[in-house]
Amino acid sequence: MIGYIHSTESFGTVDGPGIRFVVFFQGCPLRCLYCHNPDTWEFHGKNPEAGKEVTAEEILDMYDGVKEFLKGGGLTCTGGEPMAQLPFLTELFRKAHERGIHTCLDTSGITFTPDHTEAYEELIKYTDVIMLDIKHIDDEEHKKLTGHSNRNILAFAQFLSERKKELWIRHVVVPGITYNEEYLHRLGEFISTLKSVKALDVLPYHDMGKAKYQNLGLKYVLADTEPLPKEEAAKARDIIMSGIRDGLAKERNNNQ
Amino acid sequence: MKQMRQEWEGFTGGHWVDEINVRDFIQKNYTPYDGDSSFLVDPTEATKKLWADVMDLAKQEREAGGVLDMDTKVVSSLVSHGAGYIEKDLEKIVGLQTDKPFKRALMPYGGLRMAEKACSDNGYTVDPEIKHIFTEYRKTHNAGVFDVYTPEMRAARTAHILTGLPDAYGRGRIIGDYRRVALYGVDRLIEDKKEQKAFYTCPMTEEKIRAREEISEQIRALENLKKMAEIYGCDISQPAVTAKEAVQAVYFGYLGAVKDQNGAAMSLGRTSTFLDIYFERDFKLGRLTETEAQELIDHFIMKLRLVRFARTPEYNSLFSGDPQWVTESLGGIGVDGRHMVTKNSFRYLHTLENLGTSPEPNMTVLWSTRLPSGWKEYCAKISINTSSVQYENDDLMRPIHGDDYAIACCVSSMVVGKEMQFFGARANLAKCLLYAINGGVDEISGVQVAPKYRPVTSEYLDYDEVMEKYDDMMTWLAELYVNTLNIIHYMHDKYCYESLQMALHDREVKRYFATGIAGISVVADSLSAIKYAKVKTVRNEQGIVVDYVIEGDFPKYGNDDDRVDEIAQQILNKFMDKIRQQHTYRNGLPTTSILTITSNVVYGKKTGSTPDGRKQGVPLAPGANPMHGRDTHGASASLSSVSKLQFSNAQDGISNTFSIIPDALGKDGGVFVGDLDIDALCPSCSNIPNTSDNDRD
Repeated sequence: MIGYIHSTESFGTVDGPGIRFVVFFQGCPLRCLYCHNPDTWEFHGKNPEAGKEVTAEEILDMYDGVKEFLKGGGLTCTGGEPMAQLPFLTELFRKAHERGIHTCLDTSGITFTPDHTEAYEELIKYTDVIMLDIKHIDDEEHKKLTGHSNRNILAFAQFLSERKKELWIRHVVVPGITYNEEYLHRLGEFISTLKSVKALDVLPYHDMGKAKYQNLGLKYVLADTEPLPKEEAAKARDIIMSGIRDGLAKERNNNQ
Repeated sequence: MKQMRQEWEGFTGGHWVDEINVRDFIQKNYTPYDGDSSFLVDPTEATKKLWADVMDLAKQEREAGGVLDMDTKVVSSLVSHGAGYIEKDLEKIVGLQTDKPFKRALMPYGGLRMAEKACSDNGYTVDPEIKHIFTEYRKTHNAGVFDVYTPEMRAARTAHILTGLPDAYGRGRIIGDYRRVALYGVDRLIEDKKEQKAFYTCPMTEEKIRAREEISEQIRALENLKKMAEIYGCDISQPAVTAKEAVQAVYFGYLGAVKDQNGAAMSLGRTSTFLDIYFERDFKLGRLTETEAQELIDHFIMKLRLVRFARTPEYNSLFSGDPQWVTESLGGIGVDGRHMVTKNSFRYLHTLENLGTSPEPNMTVLWSTRLPSGWKEYCAKISINTSSVQYENDDLMRPIHGDDYAIACCVSSMVVGKEMQFFGARANLAKCLLYAINGGVDEISGVQVAPKYRPVTSEYLDYDEVMEKYDDMMTWLAELYVNTLNIIHYMHDKYCYESLQMALHDREVKRYFATGIAGISVVADSLSAIKYAKVKTVRNEQGIVVDYVIEGDFPKYGNDDDRVDEIAQQILNKFMDKIRQQHTYRNGLPTTSILTITSNVVYGKKTGSTPDGRKQGVPLAPGANPMHGRDTHGASASLSSVSKLQFSNAQDGISNTFSIIPDALGKDGGVFVGDLDIDALCPSCSNIPNTSDNDRD
């Protein structure tokens, strides 16, 4: 089976546990305003120039070439949106597992279809960790930020939670968009309803993707938004954590 | 069997009692430490005061333009100066290179011109009398070399296809076993050397004559070492009794070396675990506290940080600074499987906290996956906080050298007191490729430097043709290079012999004949471009190829791509074999290194445009690094390409300079919440759950 990828990174240290081989998939249905990989947006189906053709074996052979450096790490698929090439992704993870490679999926969850979950059931059989990037907890705001509703994304989180799949929640904190006490607290409350969250990864907004927009001739909407300082990101994390605690307290009271 | 001496009470005996055998002493007596760093203590008031004095002097030195004071009259030797102090009453470990801290000594034996220039460039003038003596009466290493160099050698040197040769400065890279001074006392070492000398009897071949003369020099150096200690009121003729005496004796050994030699690298060896044995004995006897122990190490390290040499700005630009390479090797695993980390290993690293960060001494951790985790964690912490720790692969070197080797300079491994190295700088393989294409004509000067081999005459480069010509040119270069080094080391031994350092070696010493290569990634990429793309030559009016136009893409070294990585391996293996075919001075064992860490910039300046698309003057990549910006698949792929180079063919070291912004090394503990356990998140808890720095194993 053929997949389309943008590139690979053999020494990924921020995309899952340990040092990881990271595969950037080509193509994404979302158009997040802060996206720092706009060069991975276009689908090969739409633009034959976009992406490189690869097979799962080719990726895993590249992995094998550097596996000495990846002990304690593994393979991470990100993008682009990896789940937009679900059959290829599933095959890649299945074959990775056959070789004993730890697998991690970095996804927005946008392609998830709550009514047809069979293919997703199959995928998560071979997925060790899922990093779910919740772009915005508020549906209306989510639409403004990404062009899509977050309904299926939150449903995907619930789906994974029910199946006790190890889940890391990622959230990009952007001044003026998600850096908002109410939204962050709500996000925390939502996370409190999930049963298998193992990590919370708060990502301060940065503008290192700016140059790529210029190169691609795209408009960078957040041109005037300042990167979020680390200290502010820590504050955001604290708010989310308090949301989680309040959510748990509420649930306990309901049960009593 | 010799008697256990009274100074050795409490130690476990062994071969080391009967013979000079420091390794045996260490193995029989050291105590591996498995704990963490919590036992470490802060600096004492005396340490803080002394360090403040040193920082003040360092500031004055900077303000004076890099040099605070220089000797212009007194030629440095072990006993050339009276005692010097920072603040005498506070110093637990004493001894300076000259009579004042930061005053640079005059060392003309390597070469008078270099010594003069080092002075004049810094605003000092060497005393005319000294100049007269070293011109009329006493020959230097540099003068000897230039008496013998052939015109071809001089041309190759001028063209910088051979670069950085130690023909005008001290070669360094020799580590005396300074521990012997502490363990045995100088008298016993002299006695041993006298026995060694008696070994060489008639017939008096040149080799034996040299051996007897050298050992005589060594004995004289040891006598002087005792005198040097006496100047400071210390007697080191007998074995050290206390930890303080042991540290002092090791330091005196090292101090003697840096008074005697201005070597390109003056490394310390592997002293921490050795000294730990003395510390542990004193703890047991109740005559040392942790505070006192740390103070001894702090003061010792402080002295090592004061080491200075008189050098020229050109020398400093070649090495990007004014390095001494006071390398100390820490940790590692013993051949019996026990790790060799002791509390003292921690104390050495802790000086980076107590005295602040410093590039010197060059703290080098001999890394193994089997090191204890407390030590690994402390190393990581100190690395993160100070960026001052070097790591080298013990698992790779132990099978070759055992467990009592140390690093000289940055990567040259040698068994302490049993092996030494003839440092040999580098040959520029990138330039050699251009010579192959231009038939031995230098692409920058237009001078015929190498023999007039047939040049490439076609417009487009043909891989097989270039490879064949390159092979011939490498044969020429290897022969010229090794023979040039033969002259250099002959003369260094004759006129600038490291008598004290060699006095702290065994009689039979294994000599590594080190060579080095620069530009391997440029060569690999160039040949790859010729093979997989089309490379068109651009010639000047004389018909010399001065530039290249590449049509198409080609695999680049640094991406874990065998098509090009194999070319790099092949070039290394070929060149090393050509080196091995040469006669080496004193039957030195040939090695090579790929480790230009800074000098690649200077070498690049002297190298014309290359077929990989690199333009004239652009720096070569450091060491075995891929060319800047060409490794596009991340660090693992880049490192993987480098790691394919065969270590046995580059045993003097392969370096890969690698920098990474801290944020790219993992998650920030302030933002990332690992180990999140929703079930355990009790609503009544007010604390944010565990936010460890790094939750990953």
